[in-house]
This record gives sequence, C-alpha cells and structure tokens, in this order.
Amino acid sequence: MIRTLIPVAALLLVAGSATAEERPAQAVIDAYIKSTFGKASAEWQARIKPDDSLAVCNTTRNNPSSAESDAMLKRESARVTYPADGKFLGDWKKGYQVANNGRGGQFSDPPGTVAGGNCFACHQLDPKEVSYGTLGPSLAAYGKDRKYDPETIKDAYTKIYNSMAVVPCSNMPRFGVNKVLDEQQIKDVMAYLFDPESPVNK
Amino acid sequence: MKLPILGAAALAAVMIVAAGPLTAQSPPQDDSEKEIERYRQMLSDPFSNPGFLAVDRGEALWAEKRGTKNVSLEGCDLGEGAGKLDGAFAKLPRYFADADKVMDTEQRLLWCMDKLQGLDTKDVVLRRFSGPARASDMEDLVAFIANKSSDMKIQPQLSHPKEMEMAAVGEALFYTRGGVNDFSCATCHAEEGKRIRLQGLPNLSVKGKTAQETMGSWPTYRVSQSALRTMQHRLWDCYRQQRWPVPEYGSEALTALTVFLQKQAEGGEIKVPSIKR
Repeated sequence: MIRTLIPVAALLLVAGSATAEERPAQAVIDAYIKSTFGKASAEWQARIKPDDSLAVCNTTRNNPSSAESDAMLKRESARVTYPADGKFLGDWKKGYQVANNGRGGQFSDPPGTVAGGNCFACHQLDPKEVSYGTLGPSLAAYGKDRKYDPETIKDAYTKIYNSMAVVPCSNMPRFGVNKVLDEQQIKDVMAYLFDPESPVNK
Repeated sequence: MKLPILGAAALAAVMIVAAGPLTAQSPPQDDSEKEIERYRQMLSDPFSNPGFLAVDRGEALWAEKRGTKNVSLEGCDLGEGAGKLDGAFAKLPRYFADADKVMDTEQRLLWCMDKLQGLDTKDVVLRRFSGPARASDMEDLVAFIANKSSDMKIQPQLSHPKEMEMAAVGEALFYTRGGVNDFSCATCHAEEGKRIRLQGLPNLSVKGKTAQETMGSWPTYRVSQSALRTMQHRLWDCYRQQRWPVPEYGSEALTALTVFLQKQAEGGEIKVPSIKR
C-alpha cells in the first residue's frame, strides 16, 4: 500500500509544478502592484495589503498546508464578534435587500454608498429568483433543511462574519471582519436564511 | 454604412436582454436564442458592427501628422518593424529594446506618440475610454491595429527574460486577493461553468478554448456601453468589480496580466473587433 502511495504523491507534485509558473519573489510582484495601484490613496492601499491569512492564501493559491490552516482558523476565529444581545436573527425583509444589493467597495461608488452583501451574485437563495450565481453553493431552504437548529444558526453567523474562521482561504468575503456589512445587516441576512417566513424557506 | 449601424443600435436592446440567458450554464436552445445567434452573426459583418467605425477612425489617426514633430504614427514600430501592422497585434505585448520594456499595444502607442510625434499624451490618456461625445484615440487606434491581425493566431512572446517575468508575475497577480471582499481574478475565473447572477464566467486559469475565445475577441464593441473597448478597459473594469483601487492606465501589472492571459490563449484565432453584450 505504502509503495503505491508514494509514486502517486510524487506524480501529483510533478503535475502541479508543470502547470504553474514558479511564483516570482514577493518584492518583484509588489513592484508591479505599486506601478499599477501606487497612486491610490492610503486608505485604498491598505485594502490591497494582504493580512497574515490572505498572504498565505496568495502564496498557496488557497491551498494552505494543514499547519497553516490550523493557524488560520485560530487567528480568524479570534476576529469574530458575536452580537452582545445574543440575538442572531433580524428582519428577513431587510435581509433580502442586503442580499440583493451589489453596491459598495468599488472605486466607482459615490462616497457614502451603503454596501450590500450581494449574496445572489454567487448563491441561490429564494428558489423563485432565477437570476442567481453559482460560485457558491445553493442556499435555498437553508434554515428549513437544518431544522432551524441554534448551533447551525451560530455557525452561519460565524461564516458570514468571517468565512475564513470556518474554511481556510474561503472564496467568500469576510463581511464582518472587513467591515463590508455591520452587525445589523448580518443579522438581517441571517433572518433571510433562517426565518421560517423568509422566501428562502418557502 | 449609416443604415446598418442604426439597425445594430436597434438590436442592441435585444442583445442586452438576451445576453444573460445566453451565457447561463445550460441555456435552452429556443427560438429566441436562435434568433439572437442570427443577430450575432449579422453584427459580426463589418458593415453592421459599429466597432468597425472605430477601425476606420483609427486608420485615419494612424496616418494623421501630429505633435511637435508633425509626423504620423506610420513610423511607429509595433514589434514587426516601423509601420508594419500585419500580425503585430497577435504578438503583443512584447519586449521592445528601444524602451527596454515589455509593452502592450496601448503602452507602445503612447511611447510612439511621445518619442516619435512629440505629442503631449496627457489629453490622449484623459480620453483613454470613450464616452458620450468623447472619442478615444487609443480605442480607435487599437481597434485599427488589432483588426490588422484578425484571422491570425495569438502568438505570445515569451523568449526575452522580461517577457518571461511578465508572464510569471501576471500569473501570480491572477491569484492575488485583495480589496474589501478579498477578491482576485481567480475568484471568478478559475472554475468551469460558473456564473455571477446569470453572467457566464470564462475559466482563464487553464490554457485552451475558453481562454482563446476570450482573448481572441478583444477589442470588442460593447453594446451595453455603445463603445469599442480594449483589454485595458476590460481589466480596469475587472479590478473595479474586484473592489481594488483604480489601476493606472497602461501600467505594469495590467500588461503582466495580459501577457499571462495571452499565454493561456496561445494559438487562439483573433476575430476583432468582435461584438459583445
């Protein structure tokens, strides 16, 4: 068994390196980034300076080692702030507005633009809505399928607040950590997922 | 010439409405879809695609004497020799010894305007993207130059060390995440058959047909914007949607990404200007 495993592992390594260029030194990459984005304001510069977790995701193409994954889960879990009132669910109707809003964070947005979660861009939610993306899994009947279980509700809050506290290098934005959505907006999106009256669960 | 253009404008509405379902994962082949495909065919006819107006304007600009030296761009070397246009676009971006730099078409044009014509390029860069009642010399010139490589194959230039560095950095940038949503190019363009809302997303992380068809169809006439757009605009708009800062026009990271994408698209047939949603 061990004998057959080793050559397979070696083959996988070879296949991986054959398809990807060797990653240039970070200083070289940074010089290119500076040439193209260097004139942006300090606030904008800060947004493309990777934090410890993102730096790992960038160098490993979202495939961190198990040690890096453990460190990331620990680091990112510590960054999650749960509601002080212990309530996870807000107003599902407002949650729909947040889920349906793709504005915010773009250089073309006027100052003061309220950001949305843009959930429909990547997820199916209300099964009656035909215009949904497929980068993320379908979330139709999300609460119903999970029997509105309180632990699951807390886990979903964690995932929306900081996806990398659940899945290292998740493709999903870290809405709470990166201050894209505030606590109330996240609660409202949570209600859209978990309120039995929400179209998601109808 | 006038009538078909008006016809194209009338069809624009149809195309905008239809573009989403057209690129959805498994679109049903119904009658309206076949009809739209017929419109697409029709619009790729040089006499109906408004992008060819940009080609014509670009041809005039290429020959126009401008700048302090009062010369045309006909002495500009796009890589195949001074004034040689056939096939030049198919090999861009590439390394230019006189500038000691890898340049894309736009960067090279700006270089020629500055060095050859003595033209102050500030106004040209200000008008880099056309808008209502604002023509873009760059879009028109690139449309003209790219059209001279139509029906040819994409030939990425990767022999000079600086070209190789560009390709490697471009690949690294493709996977570099940032902005408030932690997005990279790969967030949307590294898996097969995915879409945002109803918009299909080309997987550009692998070499082959999808990358070839994508890169072989720029510059394009964007019906939704009523404008001819080049890869510079496509990448500018991608970074906007990625929630990154405004990328500098004709700058290193954009050229690096273009080199990487051309590498993914090697051998693809160039059909430009195309027409898109």
